[in-house]
Amino acid sequence: MNELQQMPFEAAYAELETIILQLESGELPLDQSVTLFERGRVLAAHCQTLLDSAELRVNQISDSGELKPLA
Amino acid sequence: MSQTYTVAELSTYIREMFDQDYRLQDIWVMGEISNLTRASSGHWYFTVKDSKSQVKCAMWRSSAERQSFIPQNGDAVAVHGRVSVYEPRGEYQLYADLLRPVGLGDLYAQFEQLKTRLEEEGLFDPERKRPLPAFPRLIGVVTSPEAAAFQDIQNVLRRRFPLAQIILSPTPVQGDTAPPYIVAALDRLNAYTDVEVILLCRGGGSIEDLWAFNDESVARAVAASPTPVITGVGHETDFTIVDFVSDYRAPTPSAAAEIATPNMDDLHHNVRLFYDTLAVLMRENISERRANLLAVERTMGHISPVRQIGNQRQRVDDLNARLVRQQRQHLIRLRERLESRAAALHAASPQAILERGYAIITHAQTGTRVKSARAVRPGEALHVRLHDGQITTRAEGTDHE
Repeated sequence: MNELQQMPFEAAYAELETIILQLESGELPLDQSVTLFERGRVLAAHCQTLLDSAELRVNQISDSGELKPLA
Repeated sequence: MSQTYTVAELSTYIREMFDQDYRLQDIWVMGEISNLTRASSGHWYFTVKDSKSQVKCAMWRSSAERQSFIPQNGDAVAVHGRVSVYEPRGEYQLYADLLRPVGLGDLYAQFEQLKTRLEEEGLFDPERKRPLPAFPRLIGVVTSPEAAAFQDIQNVLRRRFPLAQIILSPTPVQGDTAPPYIVAALDRLNAYTDVEVILLCRGGGSIEDLWAFNDESVARAVAASPTPVITGVGHETDFTIVDFVSDYRAPTPSAAAEIATPNMDDLHHNVRLFYDTLAVLMRENISERRANLLAVERTMGHISPVRQIGNQRQRVDDLNARLVRQQRQHLIRLRERLESRAAALHAASPQAILERGYAIITHAQTGTRVKSARAVRPGEALHVRLHDGQITTRAEGTDHE
């Protein structure tokens, strides 16, 4: 669960796509399908949460390469 | 003999020839403005000439209104537009949509020279264009922090893809002193950060304002950037050298931000779709398995040992029943035979004979049967046995035959 909270959007999104492809192939044992299904639902919820709570961050880079937030 | 045409037919024919030539449809012409008339209709009519030739030009109101530069007779200009034939007069004309001053060191000649040189080097080749990341988390922006362009970019990203993080690498973008700063700003992003794409942007302005983006060092820095670069310089109609070199040319800074990112609304929609698809797939998956299971169960039913045992048991029951039935019939037959034998036996028994009125006579002394009259002495005691009893008597006398 903790691993998921750290998961960036594109990774979750990509895994979700893969899961759907795997399930569509229909060649998995049942327990594996169920596991994937559960995983997919959690990932989808995670993606929605990320999208809903996202706030654009803006930083500025200095000549020496340091980043500081731009108000 | 060749065909004869009307004048109008000839003019139409020539106009069509002009209109088919793609080079004449999108052309820059340099020269000096003369005979400029700005008609009350809003259209402009003028002639562009050089020392050897001249061409008539018309600019319609829609284009003239957008001109930031208002020309005067004698100005050196570059005119963009298409060349066609004005049939009523049988004259060819340049229909202009853009007019720019040339002067400051013949900027357009420089532009064309550099463009040709870099193009020949292969810096504009389509194969050099790199794919843009689908979900850029880190987006580098090279522009001036004060510019409206930077604000536009932030607005677009906030709306479309707020998952992203912007790293601004600030630089002046105005005029011909800007190039080294722009190059340094690009280098900073590539050296210190993991940005996945860089937006190189500047808002609209005159050709001199945008000139830094026609600079060779900037063009080469964009070409050499390990991170893909999207350019958004000026307006829709502005083309700069870096636009040709970059991985993607966007018409404006806002458009550059849009091209760099997916749309959050689409993503929301897709994720919802994924979610629904998951449920559908799972339902299908399970019902398919259930159907398979039923089919297997049916097949198993046919070949199951349980069923075979049942069959055998039934067969045993059948046999048993047959056995019992046969046994019973056998017994009946036996009994019938026994009864008929008993009847026959009975018919042959002495008792039966006695019943018919015969008697058995035995010697009372010995108990042996009297089989002959000679065996009886007169006065001898005899037993006469009848079917229902016995009489004891004495022989009175004997007669022999």
